[in-house]
Amino acid sequence: MRRAIFSVFAKEFLENLRDRRTLFSALLFGPLFGPLLFGTMVSRLVEQSVMSAKQPLVLTIAGGGRAPGLMEYLRSQNVQIMPAPLTEDEARKAVQRGDLAVVLLVPPDYPRLFTAGQPAPLLLIADSSDSQTRKIAARARAILAGFSATMGQLRLQVRGVDPLLAAPLAVNDVDVATPAGRAVVVLGLMTYFVLFAVLMGGLYLAIDATAGERERGSLEALLALPVPRAALVGGKVLATCAFMCLSLAITLAAFLGVFKFLPLERLGMSPNLGVRTSLEFFAICLPFVPLGATLMTFVASFTKSYREAQTYLAAVLLVPTLPIAFAAIYSLKTKSSLMLIPSLSQHLLMTSVLQDRPIAAGDVLVSAAASLALAAALFVLTARHWRRETMLG
Amino acid sequence: MIETRLLRKKFATVLAVDGISFVARDGEITGLLGPNGAGKSTCLRMIYGVLAPDGGEARIDGIDIRGETSAARARLGVLPHAAGLYGNLSARENVAYFGALLGIARKRLGTRIDQLALRLGMGEFLERRANKLSQGERVKVALARALVHEPGNLLLDEPTNGLDVMAIRGLRSLLRDLRDDGKCILFSSHVMQEVAALCDRIVIIGHGRVLADDTPAALREQSGASSLEEAFVRLQATDEGWR
Repeated sequence: MRRAIFSVFAKEFLENLRDRRTLFSALLFGPLFGPLLFGTMVSRLVEQSVMSAKQPLVLTIAGGGRAPGLMEYLRSQNVQIMPAPLTEDEARKAVQRGDLAVVLLVPPDYPRLFTAGQPAPLLLIADSSDSQTRKIAARARAILAGFSATMGQLRLQVRGVDPLLAAPLAVNDVDVATPAGRAVVVLGLMTYFVLFAVLMGGLYLAIDATAGERERGSLEALLALPVPRAALVGGKVLATCAFMCLSLAITLAAFLGVFKFLPLERLGMSPNLGVRTSLEFFAICLPFVPLGATLMTFVASFTKSYREAQTYLAAVLLVPTLPIAFAAIYSLKTKSSLMLIPSLSQHLLMTSVLQDRPIAAGDVLVSAAASLALAAALFVLTARHWRRETMLG
Repeated sequence: MIETRLLRKKFATVLAVDGISFVARDGEITGLLGPNGAGKSTCLRMIYGVLAPDGGEARIDGIDIRGETSAARARLGVLPHAAGLYGNLSARENVAYFGALLGIARKRLGTRIDQLALRLGMGEFLERRANKLSQGERVKVALARALVHEPGNLLLDEPTNGLDVMAIRGLRSLLRDLRDDGKCILFSSHVMQEVAALCDRIVIIGHGRVLADDTPAALREQSGASSLEEAFVRLQATDEGWR
C-alpha cells in the first residue's frame, strides 16, 4: 500500500514537472501573480498619497469674480483656480458626464449675503461614487471650512468678542494604531494572494491526475490494477500537495522580495515581513495545503474532461475568498471559534503575524486540526467515489 | 484460464449482458466476436473486475474476481479499450509505473522491461516520450504494460482499433507467440476477418447472449457454410434484432 502510494506520487510529480503548462501555472504564474500585482498596487498607492499632499489642488470655479476674498484665500492654500463661466445646470452636467471632476460654484447672491454677514451659499459639485473626485472634493471642503472659520473669527474680533469663545472644544486626533497595524489595512489582500497561490500550485496537477487520466484513456488500465483505489487517490493528493508547497514557498519568497522594494516606511508603515514571518506564514498555511488538494481532487474526479475540470476548479479558487470577504465586511477580529473555519483561520492568523500581535498556540492548533479534519473527510469521499463503477466514465 | 458463468449486467433499463458463460483456455486464443453494442466490453470489464456483475461470476485461474480481486488481477494482464499512455513519460517509464504498482522489485523490473522490449521490438523507442510515438508503438507499450508482471492470462478489448496493417500483423504474431508460451488470451473484436485469422476458439455474442462457442472449423460446419464469414452471417440472421 505504502509503495503504491509512493509510486503514484513519484509518477505524478515527475510527469507534471515535465509539463510546461503545469509548471507555468503552478510555479510561475500562480506564485508570482500575487506579489507582483500587490507590489504595483501598493507602490502606486504610496506614490498617490505622497504626491497629492504636495501637489496644488486644481479646482474649476464658476463665478469666482463674485468672491475675490475667497479666491485670494484659495490661492494662499495652494489651490490652482481654473475659472469657468458655467451656470449651475451646465456645471452639474459637466460633472455628471465626467468632463470636470469637481466644480465650485459661487451663486449670484453670494456677495450680498456675504457682506450682510449672513451665511453665504457655495455649491461644491462632485460625483461621490468616484474615489478620485471624492478625494479632491474632500480637500476642497477642508480648505473652504478653513476659510469659513477664519472669517467667523475675524467677524467676532471686529465686534470685540474673543474668537476663542466660539471654539469651546479643541479636539486632537490621537491615532494609536502601530505602524505595523496601519499597514495591515493595505496588506489584508496579501493573505488572499498567498492562499490563492497555494491552490493554484496544485490546480493543474489535480486536473491532470483525474480528468486528464480519463481524457487520455489511461484511467481504465490503472483501475484494473490490483491496487487499492485509496492508494491511487492518496498518491495523487500527495503529489498535488507537493506542488502546492512549492508554490507557497515561491510566493512567500517573492513577497519577501517585493517588500524589500516597496517604500512602505514613507506611508508610516512597517510591515512585519521578514524571513521569520515568512516561515510562520508557511507553517500556518501548511494544514490548508492538504485541504485544498483533496478539495480540488474531489471536484475534478467528477468531471469528464480537462476543460470541464478547469471550469469547476476556477470556482474552487474563489472558495477561500468567501470567508475572507465575510471577515472584511463584518470586520471580524481573531476569535477562537473562528479558527474552526479554514481559510478564514489562516487569514486571521497571518494578519496577526503581520500586526506583530501574540498568537495563542491553541488557535494555531484548532486552525490546523479543522483544516486537516475537513481534508480527511474529503479524502474519504474521493476514495469512495473512485471505488464506484461510474468512475470509469 | 478465464471462466465466466451466467454473467449478467443491467444498466438502468438495458440488459447489457444476459447470462454469458464461456471458458478461455490456456495455450489458446479465444475471440469474443460481436457487433458494436453486443455487450463485449461490458463482459470484459466484469472479468477484470471494474464492473460488478448483477449475477453470475468470473474466475481467473479459478479465483473469483469479486471475492479475491487483487489475487485474481495479479494473474491477469489487461489492455482496455482505451489504453492511453502518459505522454510526458518515456515508454520505459510508462511500463515501469505499472510494474511498480504491481509490486515488482525495482531491480527485477528493469530486467523485465528489457526482456519485454526485446520480445515486443521496443528497443528503438524505449527511452522516447510516449507522446512522440506512433499508434503501433503505443500499442506495443500498452501491451508491455499489461504483461509486465508476467500474467498467465491476457485480456484485450478491441486491440487492433486504429492500427495500420503492418501494426496489426505485428500484434497478431505477438499474440501467437504468447499463446505458444501457454498463455490464455482472450480478445474482443467486431471484425470477423481478424477473429478468423487469429483465434483457436470463437465466442459469438449478440444482444448480451452467447450465440455460438466453438472452433472456427466447427462453426463453419455447424452452419453448413463454406467460409467463416458465411457462418457468421447465418448466425446473425438467426438472432432476431441483430443489426
